Parts: sequence; structure tokens; C-alpha cells
Amino acid sequence: MSTNTSQSDLYDARFEHDACGVAFVADMHNGASHSIVDFGLTALENLAHRGAFGADPRTGDGAGILIQMPHEFFSATVPFSLPPVGSYVSGMCFLSTDERQRAEAMALITEILATEGCIVLGWREMPVMIGVAGASAQEVAPSFMQLFFRADPHGRFAGASGIVLERLAYVARKRIEHEVTDVYFASLSARTFVYKGMLSTAQLRAFFCDLSDERMKSAIALVHSRFSTNTFPAWPLAHPYRIIAHNGEINTVAGNRNWMRAREALLNSDLIPGEIERLFPIVTPGASDSATFDEVLELLHLGGRSLPHAMLMMIPEAWENHTEMDARRKAFYRFHGCVMEPWDGPAAVAFTDGTQIGAVLDRNGLRPARYWVTEDGLVVLASEVGVLPIDPERIVKKGRLQPGRMFLVDTAEGRIIDDSEIKSELAAEYPYQEWLDAHLLSLDELPAKYPLVPRHGSIVHQQRLFGYTNEDLRVIVAPMAKNSAEPVGSMGSDTPIAVLSDRPRLVFDYFSQLFAQVTNPPLDAIREELVTSLSATLGPERNTLAPEALSCRQITMHFPIIDNDDLAKLLYINEHGETPGFKSFAIDGLYEVAGGGKALEASLERICGEVVQAVEGGVNIVVLSDRHSTHELAPIPSLLITSAVHHHLVRSKLRCMTGLVIETGEAREVHHMALLVGYGAVAVNPYLAIDSLREMATNGDLGSLTPDQATHNYIKAAGKGILKTMSKMGISTIASYTGAQVFEAIGLDSALVDHYFTGTPSRLGGADLEVLAVEVAKRHHLAYLVREAELDHREIEIGGDYQWRREGEYHLFNPKTVFKLQHATRSGRYEIFKQYTRLVDDQSERLATLRGLLRFVTDAAGRGSIPLSEVEPVEEIVKRFATGAMSYGSISAEAHETLAIAMNRLGGKSNTGEGGEDPERFVPDANGDSRRSAVKQVASGRFGVTSDFLVNSDDIQIKMAQGAKPGEGGQLPGQKVYPWIAKTRHSTPGVGLISPPPHHDIYSIEDLAQLIHDLKNANKYARIHVKLVAEVGVGTVAAGVAKAHADVVLISGEDGGTGAAPLTSLKHAGAPWELGLAETQQTLIRNGLRDRIVVQVDGQLKTGRDVVIAALLGAEEFGFATAPLVVSGCVMMRVCHLDTCPVGIATQNPELRKRFSGQPEFVENFFNFIAEEVREYLALLGFRSVEEAVGHVECLDTDRAINHWKLGGLNLAPILAKVEPDIGTTALHCTRGQDHGLELALDNTLIELARPALDRSQPVEIDLEVRNVHRTVGTMLGAEVTRRFGAEGLADGTISIHLNGSGGQSFGAFLPKGIEITLIGDTNDYLGKGLSGGRIIVRPPVEARFAAEENIIAGNVIAYGATGGELFISGQVGERFCVRNSGATAVVEGIGDHGCEYMTGGRVVILGQTGRNFAAGMSGGIAFVYDPGIRLEKRLNKEMVALEALEDDDREFLVEIISRHRDLTGSALAARILEFGGEEIEKFAKVVPVDYRRVLEATRHALENGQDVNEAIMAASNG
Amino acid sequence: MADPRGFLRIQRSGPTRRPINERIYDWQEVYNPFPVDDLHNQAARCMDCGIPFCHEGCPLGNLIPEWNDLVWRSKMPEASDRLHATNNFPEFTGRLCPAPCEGSCVLGINDDPVLIKQVEYEIAEWTGENGLAPQLVAPSTGCSIAVVGSGPAGLAVAQQLTRAGHSVVVFERAERIGGLMRFGVPEFKMEKSVIDRRLRQMETEGTVFQTSTTVELSESSGAVAEGATVVFLTTLERDFDAIVLAIGSTRPRDLSVPGRDLDGVHFAMEYLRGSNLVCEGLLDEPPISAHGRHVVIIGGGDTGADCLGTAHRQGAASVQQLEILPEPPNSRTDANPWPTWPLILRTSAAHEEGGERLYSVSTREFIDGGEQRVAGLSIEEIASGPNGFESVPGTEKTIPADLVLLALGFLGPERDGIVGAAGCELNERDHLKVDREYMTSRQGIFACGDAARGQSLIVWAIAEGRSCAAAVDRFLMGSTDLPSPLAPYTYAIS
Repeated sequence: MSTNTSQSDLYDARFEHDACGVAFVADMHNGASHSIVDFGLTALENLAHRGAFGADPRTGDGAGILIQMPHEFFSATVPFSLPPVGSYVSGMCFLSTDERQRAEAMALITEILATEGCIVLGWREMPVMIGVAGASAQEVAPSFMQLFFRADPHGRFAGASGIVLERLAYVARKRIEHEVTDVYFASLSARTFVYKGMLSTAQLRAFFCDLSDERMKSAIALVHSRFSTNTFPAWPLAHPYRIIAHNGEINTVAGNRNWMRAREALLNSDLIPGEIERLFPIVTPGASDSATFDEVLELLHLGGRSLPHAMLMMIPEAWENHTEMDARRKAFYRFHGCVMEPWDGPAAVAFTDGTQIGAVLDRNGLRPARYWVTEDGLVVLASEVGVLPIDPERIVKKGRLQPGRMFLVDTAEGRIIDDSEIKSELAAEYPYQEWLDAHLLSLDELPAKYPLVPRHGSIVHQQRLFGYTNEDLRVIVAPMAKNSAEPVGSMGSDTPIAVLSDRPRLVFDYFSQLFAQVTNPPLDAIREELVTSLSATLGPERNTLAPEALSCRQITMHFPIIDNDDLAKLLYINEHGETPGFKSFAIDGLYEVAGGGKALEASLERICGEVVQAVEGGVNIVVLSDRHSTHELAPIPSLLITSAVHHHLVRSKLRCMTGLVIETGEAREVHHMALLVGYGAVAVNPYLAIDSLREMATNGDLGSLTPDQATHNYIKAAGKGILKTMSKMGISTIASYTGAQVFEAIGLDSALVDHYFTGTPSRLGGADLEVLAVEVAKRHHLAYLVREAELDHREIEIGGDYQWRREGEYHLFNPKTVFKLQHATRSGRYEIFKQYTRLVDDQSERLATLRGLLRFVTDAAGRGSIPLSEVEPVEEIVKRFATGAMSYGSISAEAHETLAIAMNRLGGKSNTGEGGEDPERFVPDANGDSRRSAVKQVASGRFGVTSDFLVNSDDIQIKMAQGAKPGEGGQLPGQKVYPWIAKTRHSTPGVGLISPPPHHDIYSIEDLAQLIHDLKNANKYARIHVKLVAEVGVGTVAAGVAKAHADVVLISGEDGGTGAAPLTSLKHAGAPWELGLAETQQTLIRNGLRDRIVVQVDGQLKTGRDVVIAALLGAEEFGFATAPLVVSGCVMMRVCHLDTCPVGIATQNPELRKRFSGQPEFVENFFNFIAEEVREYLALLGFRSVEEAVGHVECLDTDRAINHWKLGGLNLAPILAKVEPDIGTTALHCTRGQDHGLELALDNTLIELARPALDRSQPVEIDLEVRNVHRTVGTMLGAEVTRRFGAEGLADGTISIHLNGSGGQSFGAFLPKGIEITLIGDTNDYLGKGLSGGRIIVRPPVEARFAAEENIIAGNVIAYGATGGELFISGQVGERFCVRNSGATAVVEGIGDHGCEYMTGGRVVILGQTGRNFAAGMSGGIAFVYDPGIRLEKRLNKEMVALEALEDDDREFLVEIISRHRDLTGSALAARILEFGGEEIEKFAKVVPVDYRRVLEATRHALENGQDVNEAIMAASNG
Repeated sequence: MADPRGFLRIQRSGPTRRPINERIYDWQEVYNPFPVDDLHNQAARCMDCGIPFCHEGCPLGNLIPEWNDLVWRSKMPEASDRLHATNNFPEFTGRLCPAPCEGSCVLGINDDPVLIKQVEYEIAEWTGENGLAPQLVAPSTGCSIAVVGSGPAGLAVAQQLTRAGHSVVVFERAERIGGLMRFGVPEFKMEKSVIDRRLRQMETEGTVFQTSTTVELSESSGAVAEGATVVFLTTLERDFDAIVLAIGSTRPRDLSVPGRDLDGVHFAMEYLRGSNLVCEGLLDEPPISAHGRHVVIIGGGDTGADCLGTAHRQGAASVQQLEILPEPPNSRTDANPWPTWPLILRTSAAHEEGGERLYSVSTREFIDGGEQRVAGLSIEEIASGPNGFESVPGTEKTIPADLVLLALGFLGPERDGIVGAAGCELNERDHLKVDREYMTSRQGIFACGDAARGQSLIVWAIAEGRSCAAAVDRFLMGSTDLPSPLAPYTYAIS
């Protein structure tokens, strides 16, 4: 599949995402009825807010329902007679609306069925109300034909029914899909039937007339509401698929597809009739991730495994690090790990075969799924509770699906089958442990073999050959060996991308890591290590469909990076027959360097051929080596040869018969290793990095480390780094990361990418094999110098990628530009500023940036230049400027406030960054200046995000990612948390703070929509703003963001700054903003969404030319961060992470802060100068304002004839493509606002009823009903309170609200002091998000028949980022309770996994069990857990916390808080505990973070001794 | 990197100088040895900047953060390699360079800059003391190159090209190799044995030196010093594959005021050369001596300071140094922002030893004390006005002087030799004109150093020499791997 060639713009359908709400309703006693269908549809309608609408508000993204075959209805409806249910097949088929084509297709289908031994019973034209669908859906609607067939009674499958018939239908359907064009079956089954389409949830029922018929009966109904990131019409993309409905995303799908394709050669089944090749490809090219998942699950299931078994193969739970798991179950998973890699990503997958219906949750529990069971056997499972109105008295169980768990209803057995029962049964099916013991080997146990020891001369020689620089050793390799971790750096990257670099670069540099943003979450591989695994297996696979002992004749590799000893074990495996079943083959990856690209190509072809021969000859370990270069033979770039061989083997369907091991001198950074694994290597031996650091250790350059320790540390660092790289994409196991190729190529020739890196996006073309060969030749030349002495005193090059060096890579910020910029803005001299911009712009013409290659076209569309005086004034233009999100904490108060004052004077916007803001700054200074940041950032740490903070904003920016380190979180070490920083962050001085990689309330696009809604409620006057980072597919994400009702979307370039980020991320993640911005503009226009959202851009903007190019590419607002810092005195020290900034900017050290020399005037000068320069370009281009210029790509061209050896194949035309909307507006910029739908909120009523309190502080009591469609209840009211009464709020309980029913998501978000809400019923995810002093009480109704403490009453991620207030919850709740709580007190009766993660303050009291990984990353606050069974110890993540004995204060506190809990919620559990008094209180475990304890001690000690508390704390935290 | 917090812990502090009334009675260098702990501490102040402005400020592109770190970690062999990777002669620059690196040191923005030059000096001395081993020389290319002039530029060209495998002959008209370093710089700033040490290395590597040899365009050229050999450019062109002119900018700027032709008024270089000839043992007595005289030096630059120190050592009765510009401030002004060269008051070792500096003064006339010999100067104060410098009325006065030294800078290469109309063309600034590859208007003849760029610092000379060597190598071989730090006519940030 090639999508790289002949592409005229940047949109790529492969990067569409969707998310959704999912639900099923079932009668567990298999009582088919119409009411089940009706319930399904009702539940669906109540999930409407989880779907979305496009530019056409009437066209939904998709909705559907799967039911049991409604035999009664069909029998009564069709004019032909149907055999008994189970012995015929039916399905809805989308066919062409062209009558002839349709007839041809139907004839062909009949014919195919006949050859497969089936006969068509008839066709039915499905009655639909086409007018119900939205206009754009109608335009592309297919014709809806229902097919009925059965096994030919005279044929070879006569009498087939049930699963046998199902398999027949499957084979037939696959053939039809392959052989007939323009046909799609929503389902084709003897058991189930699917109605779905490009409809909204409300339209589904009306559109398909059948559904309203009373005879339409089923015992199960599986429904799905889809939220797509875009609105391109596609009827088949609606769910459910044939057996699943999926909420989530498969992050590893590219690799899973390749592996499936490779596996086809091994497939064999007696169950599937006929030649299995007829099914191939199993995976339909170009289908969505859910469709692919459905196809593979279908194969595994129909190939002989039960649906739950197949499901667990694809989505295994996190078993690797599970301490409490049964050994047999582990064996089951370990065995299946040899058979198939996990399909990794956030997922709630509901599945059914018509009899069993169930759901599983991904290993990390990243999607919500709640269920209710009634006394009469009705089961409702849904993304939310409250989707069906059910009388509380009927409910006997309220539960939730847990991470990695399965929920299964068997209508045949009439019961719910417990997760452990399912798994125990499956684990007992075969003797998995015996099989493993007999066959599975571990690398560690293989017999030792002996590698060579290199000499210094040969090390230098190799270093030159592979382009090592002194900087590589000093900045990358040595720190990895010393610290066992990737090195960290700061500030942005300002060097050219590989294809624009004048220097020979490694092939690795042409690839950029993809990362999760919005549509799926990145994961925290440190704090949530228990779901990750770096262990993979090496060796041949066997038939996926047959469970057999030899399937696990493989070698377990515990680590993807291996040292020379381990490599030797593999190279010489079974040399003397000691390890039967394995055969290895090493091949030199070299080519004749003099022959250039041609020779390189020929060598690759030869090598691929030889590998194929070897594998066909029984080799199952292939080692690709670049060790043996000569004068004539140069190493083939290791990534190129790895991917070339990998893809060649995939194409040859031999890939699963062998493992690929890479022996390379080239790889040294984490990025390199991640790429090699990502393109198929199971193990990498970076021998030169290891040899180099062993030598350094021997020379004493690594302190006291021995060579062995250094090697060990380096390998550990590399492994951890790969894990981190995987986790940016939300991938948790290396088995599924292997070959997943989650990278995009930037600046590589499309044909080259298509051939050697098949499936990788490369949108601009670029360097081809010839160029890559020149780069190799340049390095090879250095290694084999004719006149060695010319490089006297220089063993290897000095480098200059991370720090500027004259001999090294080009940097846009260099001594000259920094000097000119500072001099110009400090002296206020525009002529010097022009010297600066000339330097920068000339530099970019010398190939530093993509924009440097663009040229202004002055007479585009006949628009001539105009006089400068006609262009809007500087004062107007500067309003479009913003400074970057830099937190107070990462930069000093002086620097932060200088920027704020300057931007407020100009009418532009400064940004708080993620550290909150001191409320003092909300009030203007005496001289009229304001230090208030207009943009308030809401990042994953939620530091200082209170109702007051949000109310005092003009823009609220949700940071989804950061250019310097997209997909990662951050950390502020304790010694940087000075008291004044702690204050604005609502945390404890001296205690470290962690920002998680994901927002724990955004695991998918519908979650983002929810957060946008929450924030809009928290301040309806603010624009809600979503910050994304450029990568391939960012345009579709931006379209999704527009549909999620964001007011502004910011596209950040990869090169953005940072206070601290791993160097790998700084350099190798994300794409240039030119690409991201153009893709965004094009996708928004295509979708007709451009008019409703403002597009902002940032990323190393430095000059007026940059701004105008950004405007022409589609941006209307512009962010600057590094440049204003340079203006304020920054000299690009790149030591922000060390707190040693010598110019007082990126530091909190009072001594250094004194050195700050910036002034608001300088910053004003900068922006005025930029604006002036913008005016000059606008005049030149004939635009009177920035607004006029936005999106006019025709004013740019790429004709600049730059003669550069790498640029031959680079094609910038896709960036400049002019696209037309498929639907809707032709606007090129934002012309209207979003409709946030706030008028529908329950809060409007609450505000009206609370008037006496709002106007006169008088107490009010309110009683209302609430439903799940009421989202974010209380937040708008809270904002009104805060707006009037400030951070202090109202007196406790002034507004007292009682609500009955099921609360929607984000119940009570940001609730300020003075409001108390009591919810009687239950509620969903994000309860009490950002709680800011209010009180929330959730309790079951008095009439409830279940025990509150044994049932789930509220969802996941409760009290996330709460800063104050109280929560009393009578019942259990889901995962991630009180994540990042920094001040609230919460009482609950049981929680799921990851409780109190990253918590920094407050008190949490848990009266029941916790899940696993409790208190991970918790650095502050105290948790009390009622732990009579002493289970907590095993479930505690002890990295940062310790268990402590209760003290008297604690006992008092517990008695008091539990009494209040009892009184407020009526909790029977609380009453029981109190009843037994002291004895039960002693069963509470107390969890206290170690650092927090140290600071508490220091404080106490200081107070006792009359010392300065702050000083004592800081001294303690500096340890 | 070096200690990240070093600059917060440690103050700048350099080596002490020997007591004045010891050092002015000898010609040895003035600094005391620098304790190794102090050296490590000073190196630890380096901040390992993201943009090391020092590395830009240094024309050679010295890898300053790298060797600061290595010195801090006591890795002297590695530091020596790193230093020599960009600088052929750190022992010269470590003594003679005014250290633009320190002027652009980032720490200098708001603190005292790192003591870079001293660290360089210490590395160079460590190298010298531990044997300045000859470096590997590439196998012979069969090409030969004549280098004319043996100042820092010429020597750098010669060393680089020799190592690249070419046969290099250096022609020097003076008795000994070294150019201004040998005969301009006083012994107390750099003991000349330092040059000899380096020359021994170069000779071992294969560079051939031919002293007392003047290169003339043709036979009609000017007079030749006694005992000197003459070779003609045309002969060199015939016998060598390339020629490099590194002949310096030796034409001094004159002061045309009444009395200029009086006895006792000399160009500084004439004076310093004489003194150096004595130190070299080539003369017994200096032809011009300050002994017992009232000396006035006109020109406030480094050459003036060299004259000052020399005069004291010769036993001058008094020394005054006149400078036309106002007294510089003690710290940078707004018009002189970091990282440009700081125009601030500097007190060299020579200044410390005595004498008086007069600022904002201009010489009206040299006063004849009789017998055509100078006896004093008539001077006046000047101030900048609307038309440039103007005299301040009523400030005329006379100061006594019986030896006047003109240290007013240089105007370009001497034109009576191979430079000029008949030979290699000059540019509008009266210096040799070269193209992007350092080649003069005459094919195969290259030029670098002061002769082309104008009077400058020793670092620029070495940097140009290295770059020119790369250009010559490329000219001869088609490609080169020699480093090339500078394009011709590159100037410092301003």
C-alpha cells in the first residue's frame, strides 16, 4: 500500500481517529424481546454527547446496533420462506446506488456463493428513511440491500448451520470483498445482524424502519456512537463491526497488520473450509484499526478458539509484572506471547457471537465501562452509567470493568461468567507450563561464547566510519553509562532537519517519532511500569490457529539491547548441536562505496535474496552486521538494511519464521535503537557504543565505573529510553512495538520509503539512495583517509548538535543572531533588528528550515503591492502575538512578569505555563501595568488550576503536547520547588512535582471534548484553546479538536523550547510546524470546519518573514517563546534543567535571579519590530491586514533554485496545496465562534435558583433531578461564585444542592467553596475534577438493595487536580482516584488501580480496598487505607512512599472524618467501623511520601528551634 | 562539562606577577607560576554554554569549553590535543593574544569572565614541558610550496601544509624565524626560546626554513640587506607548485607634524627590533636605547606598551604614553555591548611598572632641542566635536622628551617588494587582494595574515594561516581534509 506517491496535499486518511461511546444491553436468560432493542437504542441516544457532528450539524459520525438474528421479524417480512434460525445467513450490504452496478454486484455475489456451496434465498431492499440522515451523509449513502442465503442442500455443505455455517459465510464474505468492487457487508452471519450507518445516535432508530417494528426482537443489543476526528463521509466506518464495537485506539496497528500479513504463510485450519489462501489478505488494506481488529478476532475465533480466548490473545492483561497472578494463567499468557504480539492501546472492546456478549478493557484501564445488573437478569454495560432509566430498587449490582479484565454474559447459561472463571478455564485447556518448560529458552541460559576485544585505533577508526562525534560520546554515550538514563537538555532545537543539513547525517535522523496526542494517551512508563514489558521472544512462529507445544520454541529476550557476549551466544547458537531448533546466519551489510546509490541498491537486493534463501533453508536467527567494512566496502546504514530485510521477509511471508538481530556500530542513541526495533529488530547490539564506553571506562573517563558496569548501565539506559519512546505513543510492550513503525520520515524520497520502509509516511520526498550513499561515503572517507595527518590532533569530529560549535551543525540561534537581536531590542534600533532578521532569514535560505525554501510571490492572483501606509498599524498586528507557555517555576518571577507586562501593554497575550499563577498578579500594579497572564494553561499536572485561576483568564490553553518533548510529562525536582513556587502550584516547598505524560481526563477525543466543555463552564468568557504538536496526522486531530468545540487550536513545531527534556525527544519527536500547520489548514478546509476555529502557530518564530509565511499557510495568531527570552537576556545556555541560568531567567536561585537584565520595553520593542516587518511584507504582497493574508498559499512558491546535494527529491508542493472543502464553508480563517451548547446546562437552572446566594450571600437550598446527559454540573454556578467572591468563595454550605439520579461526567468540576452538592444515585468519570474548595457528597438512594461499599458508585479519575474541598463517596469508584490531588480531603469506600497517583497534597481516606500501583509518584499529602486484610503492602508502589504507624492526631482525624462520612452519606460501612472504634481505626494503614515526610520533619524541627522554616525546607530538599 | 556551579563558587583570579623591582631588571617573563589547584578552579568556572561565545570570539575557534573541562579533570594530554586541534601555536597565543575569547565569555555579561587565556597558556606549557612531539606527517604528495614570511600566519601555513604531505620551504628576510613575534614582541612578554622549541618540532616534521632571504619581484627591486640572499618570485613560481605570501603589514603609520625628522624620533618597531636583537645575542648594545632618557611613546596600544616595558628595562628616566582617544571607562558602555570587544581601561604588566598615560592628547610638534635632536613635544588636549576630534583651545603645553617612539599602527604590506602593480594586486585598503580561496590576483600565489586582512591579532594570523593552508591543499590536490576556520576577510562581531 503506497500512500506516499502522487499525493498533492498533506491529508492522509490513515491518520483518521475515532472514539466513542459503547454500550450493550442483554437479557442474561436469553429472553428475546423488542424492549432489549429499544433499550439499546435508548442507551445509544443517551450517549449522544460522546459522538460528534461535522460541519453539517445533522450528519453524525456514525451509529449502529448489533442484535441477535431477528428471525421472527425477517420471516414475517421477506416474501420467501426462511429455514430455521441458525441455518441461514443474512446481512445488510452497502451497494452502489447505480442500478446496473448494483445488479452486477448482486449477480457476482450469487455466483461466488454458489461456488462456495451456498445458494441465495433472496434479497430484500432494506426500508430506510433517507431523509433522516444529514445532507452530506445522504449524498454518499449507498443502497441498502439485505442478503439471505443458506448452504446448498445439494452441495457439499448441505445442512450446515451454526458455527459451521458461520465459517462458510466468512469465507464467502472474504471472497466477495476481494472480488467484487464497491460492496460492504455490515455483517454477514447466521447468528447476528448489524444495522449501522453514518448517522447520529438519534437518527439510527428512525433511519432503519425495521428497528421500530415490535417484532424486531433480540436478547442482546450492542450499540455504538462514533466520534471521528473528521467528517469525510464513510458509511462503513460506523460500529459495531461484525463481532465487536470498540471504544479506543490500537496504537500498534501498523505493526500488527504487518505481522498478520507475514503470518498468513503459516496459517492452516481444518475448520475453515477449503483453501485458506482465499481469505488473504486477512486484513483489509486501508481499513480502520477497529475493522482490522475485528477481522483478526474473527479469524482466530472462526479458526477454532472461543471468542474470550481469542480476545485474550489480542488484548492480554498486564501479566508480566503481576505479583498476585496465578502461575497457570501466567503460563497461558506467556505461551500466547510466542504466538501473537499484543494489540496495544486504550480499548474497551465489546464483543458478541450472538450468545455470549462481553467486554474487555485494555491492560491499563484507559476507557470507562460500567455495568448494572437488575434482579430480573437485565445487564446494561456502557461507557457511562445512567444510560437507561432503571428503577434503583431493581438494581442488584453496580460494577465496572477493570484493567485487563473481562466481563461476560452467557445467555445460553443464563449467567454472568466471572473473569477469573473464564481465565482459569482457558489456562487449564492445555498444559501451557509444560510446553514452556520444554521449549522456551531464555537468552540468559544459552551457553556462553566469546567475542573479540577491540583496540583503540580500531575504535577511532570505527567511530569515524559511523560518524561519531566527540559530542556523541560526551553528551550521549558517557552520560548513559554514568547515569543509566538518557541525558537531558533544555531549550528548543534550532538545527536543520536532516535533509536540509549540509552535513552527512545518519539515516536515523530522517525519521521522527510519532506520539500520542488527544486520540490516545501516552503512558507513564516509570510510574505505571507494571503495565509495561521490555521482554520479547526471538525465533520462529508456527501456525497461529493451532495451539501446539512447539509454538513456544523461541528464545526470551529480556532486553532489546544486547552486549557483545549475548550477541556471541546468538551468533554461534547450536554450533555443536547444543540448542536444537535454532540456526543462525550472519550477513555483512556492506556495499561498494565507490558505486554510490546503485551499488547500495544492488547490495540490499543481494542481501535480501540471501536472507530469503537462508530462511528457506531453515535459518531462524538472522544477524545483520556492519562490523567488517574495508577500504572498498562501506557499511549500509543499519536502519535501511534492517527495514529492507524486514519488509522483504514480510512480503515473502517468511518474516515470522525468523528473528532479526542487528549488530551495528552506527546506533548509539535511544532514537537509533527505537527505530531499529520499530522496524523489526528483536535485538540490537550497538557494539561500537559499547566498545567506546568500555574504553572510556578503562581510561577513567567514567569516574569509578568499570567497563562492565558502564556497559550494563548503558544498556539499561537504552532499554529505558526505548520504553519511554514506546510510551510516548502509548505502547506498553516491546513485543507490540517491534515492527510497529510508529515514525514518520521527513525528507526521504517517497519511492525509497515505499520500498524499504513500506507504510511509513513521507510527505515531502527528499533524499534518495544516492544521497544516503554520499553521506555514507563522506564518513567512510574519514575512516580511510589517504592523508591521515591532515587531521592531526583530531581523532573524531567535535560535534555541535546540542551545543553550538563553529565546526558543527548550523544553529539558527548562534552568536551573531543572539547578539544582533539583543542589541536591536535593547537599543530600540530597528535598523539593527533588520540586520538580525537578515541574518536569520538568510540563514534559513541556507537551508535551516522548510520555510527558508519558500519564496513570496508578489503578484499572485493579480494582487499588486500596496503602499505601506495602507497596511493595518503595528498596534493591530501585535494583538495576534502571544508568548509561549513557560511556567513560573521553569523561569523566574522576573522573567515571567516581564513578559506578562510587555504583552499586556501591547494587547497581546502572555501564558502562565503549567505552574499556576499567584493571584496577586490578577490585580493591576499601581503604575497601571498588569502582571496577569492572559492565557492560563491547563496541563496534565493541573498545578494551581483552581476556579479562581480559570475565571481570571482570557484564554484557557489545554496543553496536549509540547514541541520539545511531545508525549512526555515533566518533573520539577524538590530542590527547585522553592516556597514561592510551591505556593502558586498549591504544593509543598521542597517536594518534587510530577506532570504525568497524559492528562488523566483525556484518553480520547471525546474526553477532550468533555474537558473543553468543563473549562468553558468554568469560564464562559474565555476562549478554550488546545495545543498540539506537529506530526503526521495532526490535521485530523485538529479537525477533531474543532469538532470538540475548541475555540483555538495551536500547532507547535517540533523545535519548541523546554526547561528539561530528554535529548532524544528534543531532537527526534514531532515535525516542523510548516508541515503541521499546512496539514491542519488543509484538513480544516476540507472538512468545512475552518470558519469556527482560530489557528495559532508557534515554534522558533524569529522574524516578520516567519510570521507572514505562517499566516499564508493558515495561521492567524502567532506564538514566540525563545526569541522574547533572548530579548530578555537568554543566551541559549541550555542549562535550564540545572538551575544555573547565569542570566537569571531559567532559575529560581535568588543569587542568579539578581542577574536578570530584561525589561518589558525590550520585549515590546521586539514585538513592535516584528509587526513592522510583517507590515512591510504585507504591503509587498498587497494585503491590508494579517487577516486578509491568512491561508493565501498562492502567495508562496518553491521555485527557489537552491543547488544542494540533498534536495533533489524534496517536494514542498503538498505544503502549498490549495484544497477545496468537501462540505461547508470556504472560509480560510475563523469567521464565527463555536456553539458550546451552554444554554442546555443544568447550571442555568442552578444559577437562577442560587440568585439569593450570588447576589446577597444568602443561603439557598436546591432540589433537582439529574441525568447522565447533564455534564459538568455545578461548574458554571461555581464560576459565578468565584467571579463574585474570588478565591475565598462563600461561607461553607451557602449553596446547598440535592440532586437525584445519575450525574453526568465531570460532576462538580472546579466547585468552589460555599457550594455543597449531594448526589443521590451515582455518577460517572471525573467527579470533582479540579475541586476548588466545594463539597461533594455521593451516596446511593436509601431504597437501594445492594451494599454500597461493594458496588461502584462513581467512575474513573475522581478529584483529578483537586486543590481544596471535600468529597464523601459512599461506594466504590474506578481507577486513578485522586490523581494529582493537591489539597482536597476525600473519603471513599474502595478504589481501582493507580489510586493517589502523583498526589502532592490533601488527605485521602479509603474505607475499602485499593487496586494495584497505589500511590505511584505520590510526593505529598497523606492517604489512609482501611486494610484489615493487609493487602495494601502488595499493591503499594513503594518508589516514593512508605507505610507509617498511626499517631494520635491521625486517629482523631480518622474518627472525625469517618463520622462525618457516616452522617453525610449514611454509610453503613462507616458506621460499622466507628462502632468498633479504636480497634478498627488501628487497621488503617497510613501512606506518607518519603520526601514529604522529610519536609514535614524539617518544618517541625525549624519551628521548634525558631529557625526560618523555608530555609530549613530547602536545605532538607537539597539533601 | 566542568563543574556546573563552579562560577557561583569561585571568583576569577589569575597568576601573580613577579615584583616590579625584580622584573624590570631582567628580560624574563613577568608572571609567577600558577598553582595547579588554582588552575583547576579557574577552569571550573567555565559554564559549558549552549552557545559558547568565546569559541566564536576566538578567530581560531578554539574549543574552549572542551579544554576547560579537560583541565578541570586533570586530563592534560587530552586537553593538549583538543587545543592543538584548532591552534598550531597555543604557546604564542597563550602569551600574546589579548583574548577576545574572554571579552565574549558569557560569564562576562554580569561577572568576571573565565580565565581562558591562562588555561590555554598552562596547557601549552604542559605540552612544551612534556615534549612537543612531532606529529604524524602524511606521505609525500610530491608538491612543493614556498611560504614567504615566518610570522604566525606563515608558520601556521607551513606546519599545516607540511603535515599534509607537501614539501614546504619558509623564506624569511630576517636573521631568525618568527617575524614580529621574534623581533617585535619584547622578551619579557615571550621568551624567544618558546619559538625555538616550536621550530624544532616543525623542522623535525620536515618544514625547511631559509632565513636572511629576501624575495623580490625581480632584479630591479630595492636594496637588499647585507648578507641576505635574494630570490625572485618568478623563480619561486617556477620551482614551487604554490606560493603563500604571509609578509605581514609592516608599513608603519607616520605622524606628519613639524619636527618629525628630528633625531630621537623613531618608529616603535625600529626600537623594539634593536632591543630584541640584543636579547637574541645578535647585537651587544641596542641601536636605540632609552637608558637615562625621557621617553614619550605616541600611541596607546599594545606596541606602545611593549615600548614602555622595554624602556623601563633599559633604564629610562621617565616614560609617558600619549593616546589620542579619551581614557576608556572601567566597564562597558551601552554603545559597546557584550560580546563585542570591550573597550575598557586595561593595565598591562608594563603599565604597572611605571610611566604615565595621557589621554585625549594630540601632538602638535616635536621640539628641537638643538642639534636636530628632539627635546620635547608640544601637545594639546582634544575632544570630539561635530567635525570629529578638535583641539581644545588653551590646553597647549610642552612636555620634555629626548626619545620619541611612534606606535601608531600599520598601513599595509610594504610595496617595494613583490606587492603592488607588477606583482599581486592590492585592494582598496592597500592590502593584498585575495579571493574566497585566499588566492591573490596571481594564479598559484596565496596570501594570508596581516598582509591581506590588515594589522591584527596573532590569533587571526594563525587562523588565516590554517585556512589558507586548506585552500592551498585543495588547489593542489583537488580536495582537502585540513581544517579551515575562517573565510578571508572575516572580522569580529561588531
